[in-house]
Amino acid sequence: MEHYLSLFIRSVFVENMALAFLLGMCTFLAVSKKVQTSIGLGIAVIIVQTITVPVNNLLVHYLLADGALAWAGFPEADLSFLGLIVYIGVIAALVQILEMTLDKFFPALYQSLGIFLPLITVNCAIMGGSLFMVERDYNFPESVVFGLGSGFGWALAIAALAGIREKMKYSDVPDGLRGLGITFITVGLMAIGFMSFSGIKL
Amino acid sequence: MAFDKQEAKSVLFSPIFNNNPIALQVLGICSALAVTSKLETALVMSLALTSVIALSNLLISMIRKQIPSSIRIIVQMTIIASLVILVDQVLKAYAYEVSKQLSVFVGLIITNCIVMGRAEAYAMKNGPFMSFLDGLGNGLGYSVLLIVVGIIRELLGSGELLGYTILPSTANGGWYETNGMLVLPASSFFIIGFLIWALRVWKKDQVEDKE
Repeated sequence: MEHYLSLFIRSVFVENMALAFLLGMCTFLAVSKKVQTSIGLGIAVIIVQTITVPVNNLLVHYLLADGALAWAGFPEADLSFLGLIVYIGVIAALVQILEMTLDKFFPALYQSLGIFLPLITVNCAIMGGSLFMVERDYNFPESVVFGLGSGFGWALAIAALAGIREKMKYSDVPDGLRGLGITFITVGLMAIGFMSFSGIKL
Repeated sequence: MAFDKQEAKSVLFSPIFNNNPIALQVLGICSALAVTSKLETALVMSLALTSVIALSNLLISMIRKQIPSSIRIIVQMTIIASLVILVDQVLKAYAYEVSKQLSVFVGLIITNCIVMGRAEAYAMKNGPFMSFLDGLGNGLGYSVLLIVVGIIRELLGSGELLGYTILPSTANGGWYETNGMLVLPASSFFIIGFLIWALRVWKKDQVEDKE
């Protein structure tokens, strides 16, 4: 239990997807003008991340890795080079399924998340989560915790940035720096803040 | 096919300064930040991305009339993912050290919004040759920014370029006090932020309106 708890804390704070690995930056910068919308996107990322990382984990262990096809009678097959195409396929398909499910059973939630769901397919944080899971060789329960934690960390970061940007409307920024420029510098400062977690070993 | 030299030139060169994918369109930032701590990785990444984007634009544009619009995203994704796998395998075969340093970021070219964005916005509407040039141009715009950031970070962060000592650091008995801050990923945010500022002071029409 303790192992999973520390993995969760580590993936939320110490190895924050957005501020320590700089993943999912495109949407991170584009959809962080309002706190409300960014929380909506954050929740969508948590849901998708918690589903895709474990599913990809199962696929790696039972389909792709060296010798994983032994149960089907092909102990020599090594399909790991197909990894990238499988992960992105899974992500795109799951996002599509999630969209249809939400539309059918939770129309209110679908209305509020609607426009963000397709965007998530090309969010590097989701793909990055699956790739890190493969690189670090997580087992199934670990991948569930890691998916949840990394999604949560990303949501936390985008909500915080949106809060800062809402306040920043009132400040007088030099012309050339307005908009994108100052946002970059704000995110840089936030990343330095999150670096204070980086020495922590759990 | 009608071929206009003037137009081809503008398609190829406008993304470099006038319509830079990173500085103006806010696309493909993820990898721009993480791989620029050394010039070498930045160069390899630029090369990988430029070849993927140019080839994916070419291929998608060639079959654009056959793709049903309802499943076009999946088709584009499949083409891009196959190209990225190709690049990944080539890197693993010929530049294993660099490919280890780039770790997951080669795979993340798939979700790099520049590639998807150009496929969707340009290759679906234009002929193969122009799409190829458009991909090349956007790849170059991305590379210019990546390489500038890579040079600044490696030169000032560790006093070296491509592993050769330019400014002898105090740690090795030289005079240059290295700026450790620039080796950290956070610094690339500041560098890109200031580059955008400089670009917008030079080209006033890119300044954003007040909210």
